[in-house]
Amino acid sequence: MIPVSYFIGLSILLFILGVIAFFIKRDLITMFMAVEVMLNAANLAFIALAKAAGSPAGQVIVFFVITVAAAEAAVGLAIILLVFRQKKSIKAEDMRLMKG
Amino acid sequence: MEMFWLIPLVPGASAFILAVFGKRLSKKYVSWQACLSVFASFLLSLVSFFGLLKISPESLPVVKTLFRWIESGSFSADLSLQLDPLSSVMTLVVTGVGFLIHVYSVGYMAHDKGYKRYFTYLNLFTFAMLILVMGANLVLMFVGWEGVGLCSYLLIGFWFEKHSAANAGKKAFIVNRIGDAAFILGIFFIFLVVGSGDFRAITGAIEGGAVTQGMATLIALLLFIGATGKSAQIPLYVWLPDAMEGPTPVSALIHAATMVTAGVYMVARMNLLFTLSGTAAQVVGIVGALTAIFAATMALTQNDIKRVLAYSTISQIGYMFIGCGVGAYAAGMFHLFTHAFFKSLLFLAAGSVMHALSGELDMRKMGGLRKYLPLTYPAFLVGAIAIAGVPFLSGFFSKDAILTQAFAQGQYFVWAFGLMGAVLTAFYMFRLVFLTFFGQERIEPHAKDHLHESPRVMTVPLVMLAFFSVVAGYVGLPVVLGEKANLFNRFLEPVIHPAHEGAHLSISAEWMLILASVAVALCGIYAAYVFYLRSPRLPHRIVARFPALYKLLYNKYYVDEIYNEVFVRPLVGGSQIIYDNFDLRVIDGTIDGTAAATGFAGKVLSLFQSGLVKDYALALLLGVAVFLGYLLF
Repeated sequence: MIPVSYFIGLSILLFILGVIAFFIKRDLITMFMAVEVMLNAANLAFIALAKAAGSPAGQVIVFFVITVAAAEAAVGLAIILLVFRQKKSIKAEDMRLMKG
Repeated sequence: MEMFWLIPLVPGASAFILAVFGKRLSKKYVSWQACLSVFASFLLSLVSFFGLLKISPESLPVVKTLFRWIESGSFSADLSLQLDPLSSVMTLVVTGVGFLIHVYSVGYMAHDKGYKRYFTYLNLFTFAMLILVMGANLVLMFVGWEGVGLCSYLLIGFWFEKHSAANAGKKAFIVNRIGDAAFILGIFFIFLVVGSGDFRAITGAIEGGAVTQGMATLIALLLFIGATGKSAQIPLYVWLPDAMEGPTPVSALIHAATMVTAGVYMVARMNLLFTLSGTAAQVVGIVGALTAIFAATMALTQNDIKRVLAYSTISQIGYMFIGCGVGAYAAGMFHLFTHAFFKSLLFLAAGSVMHALSGELDMRKMGGLRKYLPLTYPAFLVGAIAIAGVPFLSGFFSKDAILTQAFAQGQYFVWAFGLMGAVLTAFYMFRLVFLTFFGQERIEPHAKDHLHESPRVMTVPLVMLAFFSVVAGYVGLPVVLGEKANLFNRFLEPVIHPAHEGAHLSISAEWMLILASVAVALCGIYAAYVFYLRSPRLPHRIVARFPALYKLLYNKYYVDEIYNEVFVRPLVGGSQIIYDNFDLRVIDGTIDGTAAATGFAGKVLSLFQSGLVKDYALALLLGVAVFLGYLLF
């Protein structure tokens, strides 16, 4: 039996990798993938803790997260596609319409 | 009788309809509705009057409470109307004279482009005036009081394109506000002392001794200041001569017959309070006497036909206040009653003269109109004789009743002033008659081309008013003809509580007083005859002899100028200083400063809005880190 702390450690590691990737990468697709990594890090923590606590609630939440993430991925990719059509670029810095 | 509460509501409903749908109604329909609504109201008043005669005095007044209107803590006021002899007299005058003036207006205003607006205001005025006289408590009376003030403002400024008319309306409104401020203070004091504004409660409280004499004096004086504003007495009379800028029928209805007498009605309504105070009654009498003579002297030198009548109105209302001041409230009300007929007659006849002369007001450009105006001339003459106090016409009986009472109460000063005023009244009225209808013609050529008698719709009301000016006096015959001869006083007895019992003069003294008034009236008329018909150069010689006196009178004692310097200029100047310093700097500065500060803050904060997703994500991350740090450590 692998201790829960290992899972949590892996989850934290994945999350930090996701954060770093989000900040150092410049194109939207990669940033998007970084977000997915962070999401799945959280999922891993959920499952591990659910198993340790012996409660199915955490696993149920993970199913929801996966479902929502799938929908979100579809919407996110569609947005990126439209952005590309408009700007011929998927670099995050090129989108500064909200600059005050 | 039970329907008496409809009296004010009929003209009120008519005014509402005209105000809302007036634009879509035809001119003819508007005239019919406006006149008939007042006529219906008159019929109701008449029915109610006869109903009142049958009711025993103990059950007076008849009150109809429509609903509880205001309730706040211990303060409450009902929307309730009452009918008692005093209200009944007033409703008859307001609706009766009002109806005739409505009819006259149909002819007088026929070619005015504000025709429908005019009748809306006139109906609204009738409504407000009836609320004033029928309100069963001071609060509702005050609503009517302000309502008539508003209508007066609207109608004085009816031809608002004219600068002078707009200014006259403003002046009337502002001067009245001064009186109203005192009036409402008086009402508050009554609520403080009595705990209710209901007239029955006030009467009960005074009769029960709940009001001290000092308090009564304070309240009565405050109420009387309100009356001086509305009824154009010294010192607040200045608005009434200017109010002649309005259409002439308005001058007749509002500024002669009804609204300006509201103060007299109010004093008569609160007669117990004034009698209890004593001092206040004395003040009322003296102010009345001073006004009566002061305004009469100003009327002597005016050349504008309507202004002479305006000063005459001020003077005559002074007489009514003399009556109230010496405790003869019924005599004061009687003069109000007769004055309503002959003064509205005089105004309407003057309007007819103006109509005939294409709007000419200056008596120096009239003269010899007798033969051109075969109906207006006798009507005017009847009014002039009535107001001058010649026996057997209404003005004689009422003025004599007041002066006799003043003498009987030992108010010789007031009586002497009243008698002097009577000479002047006879003099200036016949000056008006002689200058307008007699002597040589001084009519401008362009006016002479259109010279014509007024249409029937205008002359018939004149004839009817002339009839009443003659006969109205016979309901209040002097006491020398028997104790019961004065029907008017007996009718008012349930409301007017006689101030001084047993102050009766001997029969011979009464006759002497009557003879004195008659002699005085005839002297005035004869003097006017000498001055303006027999030797028309005499006035010029007198003017040349006393130029300073003439100038003083001609400029109306410079009262307007003095008020302007003492009150208006400092107020306007002070307002200008406050506007420049406080409004422009402090208030506008605060507002502008708020706007500038908000804009600056926005500019600074917008620097954080880089538009880069990563910056926002970083802010998010930092936020979560700080939050977690707080939770963990």
